[in-house]
Amino acid sequence: ICRFMLKYLNSHNKSPVLCIGEEQPKNWFTELQVLKGHFDIVRFLVQIDDFRLQELRGHSQQITAMTTFTCENGPTSHTSLITASSDRSLSLWDPDTGNRVQTISDLQSSVKCLLVLERLCVWVSGGEELCVWNTDFQLQCQRQNQSDTGITALIELPKNCVAAAVDKEIVIYRLTVSTDSSMSLAEIHRLSDHQDRVRALINVSDGLFASGSHAGELILWDAIDWNILGYEHILWEESQACSQAEIRLAAPKPSESVHSHILAAVGSGLYVYSIRTKTVVAYKKVAHDSNVLHTMLLSDSELMSCSEDGSVRMWEIQDLPLPGEPASPGFFGMWTFGRSNKQTGLPSKKVADVPPHIRTLELTGDLIGHSGAVQMFASFGENGLLTCSTDHLLILWKNGERQSHLRSLALFQKLEENGGL
Amino acid sequence: MIGSPDVVAFTKEDEYGQTTPDPWALPEEFSVPLHPLVDSNPWAKTSYAKFTKDFILISEFSEQVGPQPLLTIPDEPKVCGTFDLNYFSLRIMSVDYQASFVGHPPGSGYPRLSFVEDSRVVLGDSKEGAFAYVHHLTLYDLEARGFVRPFCMAYVSADERKIMLQFRELSLRFSQASECLKAGNRRAFAKELQRKLRDLEYTHSVLQREEGLQREAGPQCMYSAHAVEKANELANVEKSIYEHRDLLRQICSYHHRPRRDPHAVTCQKLDEGEDEGGKRRPSYTPQLIKAKSPKCFDKRLKTLAELCDNTFYEATVELLKETERSFRGDLCYLHTRRLDKALRRKQRMTNFLFEEDLGDDDEDEGGTLRPFCAVNHAVDNFTLLSPPPIVLGPEPLELDALEPPDPLDPASGTSHTQESELGLVESHLESSPSDQTLETQGSSEETKGSFSSDKSGTGLAVRQQNVACMKSDAPDPDPDSDLTPDPDHNIDLERESSSEEIETTAGEDEGDGTPVSLLEVVSELEASREDECDGLTNGACEMQSDLLVPLDTACCMAQEGFLYEASAPEAVPRPGQSSHLQPCQTPVVNQEPQALLHLQDDYTVGSPSSQSPAAGLELPVELLGDADSRTSVGDGFDCTMSASTGSDRAASPLGYGGVVTLRQRKKAGQGALRFVRQYPFAMQALWCLLSGRTLVVLGADEGMVRRLVAALALFVPGPGKCGEKVQAWLSCPFTLTDLQRWKLIGLQRVASPVGSSMLYSLSRYSRYISILDADQKTLRCPSYRGQLLAKIADHRTYIRRGSTFFLHLQSTLCHLAAKAFLFTFTHHLHLPVSSTEGPKVVEGRRLCFLQEQLGLGEEDSQILLYLSQLITQQYLQPATGGRASATCFSFNYTTSVLYKI
Repeated sequence: ICRFMLKYLNSHNKSPVLCIGEEQPKNWFTELQVLKGHFDIVRFLVQIDDFRLQELRGHSQQITAMTTFTCENGPTSHTSLITASSDRSLSLWDPDTGNRVQTISDLQSSVKCLLVLERLCVWVSGGEELCVWNTDFQLQCQRQNQSDTGITALIELPKNCVAAAVDKEIVIYRLTVSTDSSMSLAEIHRLSDHQDRVRALINVSDGLFASGSHAGELILWDAIDWNILGYEHILWEESQACSQAEIRLAAPKPSESVHSHILAAVGSGLYVYSIRTKTVVAYKKVAHDSNVLHTMLLSDSELMSCSEDGSVRMWEIQDLPLPGEPASPGFFGMWTFGRSNKQTGLPSKKVADVPPHIRTLELTGDLIGHSGAVQMFASFGENGLLTCSTDHLLILWKNGERQSHLRSLALFQKLEENGGL
Repeated sequence: MIGSPDVVAFTKEDEYGQTTPDPWALPEEFSVPLHPLVDSNPWAKTSYAKFTKDFILISEFSEQVGPQPLLTIPDEPKVCGTFDLNYFSLRIMSVDYQASFVGHPPGSGYPRLSFVEDSRVVLGDSKEGAFAYVHHLTLYDLEARGFVRPFCMAYVSADERKIMLQFRELSLRFSQASECLKAGNRRAFAKELQRKLRDLEYTHSVLQREEGLQREAGPQCMYSAHAVEKANELANVEKSIYEHRDLLRQICSYHHRPRRDPHAVTCQKLDEGEDEGGKRRPSYTPQLIKAKSPKCFDKRLKTLAELCDNTFYEATVELLKETERSFRGDLCYLHTRRLDKALRRKQRMTNFLFEEDLGDDDEDEGGTLRPFCAVNHAVDNFTLLSPPPIVLGPEPLELDALEPPDPLDPASGTSHTQESELGLVESHLESSPSDQTLETQGSSEETKGSFSSDKSGTGLAVRQQNVACMKSDAPDPDPDSDLTPDPDHNIDLERESSSEEIETTAGEDEGDGTPVSLLEVVSELEASREDECDGLTNGACEMQSDLLVPLDTACCMAQEGFLYEASAPEAVPRPGQSSHLQPCQTPVVNQEPQALLHLQDDYTVGSPSSQSPAAGLELPVELLGDADSRTSVGDGFDCTMSASTGSDRAASPLGYGGVVTLRQRKKAGQGALRFVRQYPFAMQALWCLLSGRTLVVLGADEGMVRRLVAALALFVPGPGKCGEKVQAWLSCPFTLTDLQRWKLIGLQRVASPVGSSMLYSLSRYSRYISILDADQKTLRCPSYRGQLLAKIADHRTYIRRGSTFFLHLQSTLCHLAAKAFLFTFTHHLHLPVSSTEGPKVVEGRRLCFLQEQLGLGEEDSQILLYLSQLITQQYLQPATGGRASATCFSFNYTTSVLYKI
């Protein structure tokens, strides 16, 4: 923990410019609950349904991918959990009981990504090979991969297609179901426009998907004919090996295709790319003190990001460009111990050719609680936000006022049940 | 013999029955007189006593050396000072002696044991300045004259009034102790008898053999002097055997005799079975008994511990110690403590916030107070009293199971034991002389009983006449007529029945001669009550609460009767009340807590400044006198080491593993006062604590930090039984989990990498905490502009004493807690009144209530909201207690400012 802290200490000093201070009127997360259960770094969060806590034990090594798998069985739909681990096994869990329902253990390589094709009631695992499985964990078909890096990301495309990110290329496979319900996988296209390794692959809407590369390229693709619709190279001078670029989209449901933004996190910066104008409309070069690990677009104007620096930050895309970034009002200087002045040179205005209608990304609040990097977060709407971190903790952030109201309701309900005090 | 001791007469008249005193007023003697009289030095009365503290004295009237003191509780020589215990023993032992007839009564062949009931007197020695409640009892000893040895236990105090006013409770407590001793004694006596019997039987067989030998030797020897002597001896032994068997039968029938002592409690040992099973096995080797009786003066008499089985003796001493502890302090203190407890019991919902835990006290009282009421605890004493091996209870049932097996020694003739068992019933039915004795005693008890209940106003001097006249009207009216509680009774009757229901059980069986044991009375009483409340309310609960009333009011019985009167008006509507209010209340004193009363005033008036200082001070919260006058031995806390001496240990009572005692909290009051006077920003710090913002006390010196934490811990709402929400000293960086758990943290300031990471955690979590830097005397916290805390955190306060400040604090905090309670449970402040109302309307109403009716500003409201939140959590999860409140951690995002001294 100390090591972590010192690390943050250093990184913290780098950019005090982003300290929002303690007055955060827009931050409604005024209550938190620490969930202790993990004994190691928590990396993935998947919402199953409501809050529940169940310990699933089985994998001997770190879990590399996790997804939920909802299978419509007549009127009842049952959600189960599929996990992939670097112990080269895949498991299916029943979250209700906590039992491991199915396991495949003797895989040739560890699975790095999972994709569920609910329409076909199959799921795809990607690692060094691409495998298609049915609900009973039976291998339907598989394809060896040519690259040694393996598949790092998978998305579903229309017409039973699957896009897989393999090194610098995006490979499109088509899944065909023959009449005897056997499946076959065929590579139908290769997109090799990225200069660097493809890190992120997301669906934007029914007809669009986007990919991001390590070098900071963001390419918008047509999902049907795989044409490049937009290209943006987010310049990022220090391309350290350890850094990564991630690109996230707001709406998980493609039906709400009105979303016009793609949020790209490059290093510690955040960039909002407008699909309509095909430009970056707002950005914050140093949004965090350290690399951004997970982002989410909450609405067209609100977004959230978490980072290795241990904080979750909430942002708002504002129309009025402010002359400068907000100064830190109340940074407490009681213990200023040798603030290092080796400020890394501010990134030069490489994005100088910004369109005139650029908007700003305003920090509206931050959540500080974890003592390690915040790996991921999951939003539960008004119920709160769950964050997980390398400090082995999960923190549930809630709206204190709402919780207080709920408790009050519970109190009067109990009062009534008890028939008085 | 010493001349008649000046037995203190009860001066109390019945005049209090007519007056209807104000239930809120303190008894006159406790209030500060407006115009102190010239010669009214309150200590004048007791100043000439030769001892400093009350103590308990156990004395014996030894048949060898006369009255002698055996032990004092507490057992320290300094307790009695120069007080002459020998002389005082002489005085108290010479008061009683009941004419207990032992020996061969006319018309009976065998010696009779008299089941002597205890007697209770109050006497004083004005010259010595000593007054005593004296409890006489007799124990059986086979070797003693008449098989009895008189003892007495006395509660000696310099304050006559204290004895008089606490008479009832003293009597109950000592009856307990006495009963415990006697139960042990009966066991020991029965054992001794069995041994003696076997000796005798053995002797008998030896003699018979000798006689047989003589008979064989020839007829000429039959009439020799030696033979005659042998024959006489044999006859004597035979007679002795019969006598002893009869004694054994009598002692075993003890529990079947009617009890006349109104205050009698019975005693039983819980783990009797295994215990006895193990003990009885090793068989006793009988010894030959010499023909000559060994009654001579040089033989050693058994000690008290030997007389009553050691475990019983120890239990008794424990009981007496507890008694001594519970009677410490002067009357005013005792009175206010009781009031306070009674009031706090009514505020169970909010007690966890600022009051020290009552739960322990309750258990404590369960063990000690409950058996006082000979009637009420038939229901629940088994579960409650399981921890101590000795159980005091009113029902003699179990003893049947216990004691008869004792004589059932396989070695002794079983026919005899059967016979004795069969004879059990007869033994008290037959109008034997021993019964006569009992009757006399019963009625003399009666006299004392009424004497104690301030009805007759007779002194002991006239007791003899009373005995005579009581005898004549011994056939009492049916007790049930008195005991049947009538909810519509007028005050007098209510009072009558409550104060007398215990007493009336005495001597009630003279009328029909049917032995009605106390238990039967109890069950009848309960039955009647149950019948009555069945239809109305939850019977058991109601009954219990009803029965509990005499218990505690008894303690304050004579205190101008104001508690009685207070209870009476409420007793009338109670059956009609909805039953759901009952379970939470233990209506010990049927008074409304004054805090609520004030609150009501506040709300109806709607005045913005709700706290007049007087209102805050009136509430009797933990009134404690001088700490030094009550150095408790069992506390384990050295009272000479006050927080002011700077001792780390004394200053840091907090931490895991120990329940925070009132003593520690009082001591912290001194520290809190110093803090308030020393730091101008104390108010801000207190506000942080009260509004639930974690306060970190940062400092390099552990002692100083611990002292500060101990002082500030007083302001942590709901600190937990053992101060779980307070961490007095932490020397490693804290995490968010710690912030969730602790509301007050003492943090070590170190200059090392660990220190810097600690400082980092401070700055990282600075939004959740306030930091009090003890070294630089700074405080960093959100600004507080409220008025609420100005009263308790005025650094120009005139209060100089820590204990005074503590009380001041307590009253304010109690007031706050009451407001929070009201806020929490006021329906319309949280829920819409009609379906058309939106959440905004409710919120507006809530704000309006806080601001206009309670007159609280924003920051002050935060305090109330936090307290209310704690109450809510406590109410929703009372079982999990502190844990539940720890799982959620609320905060808000506000800017902090740095305060400097």
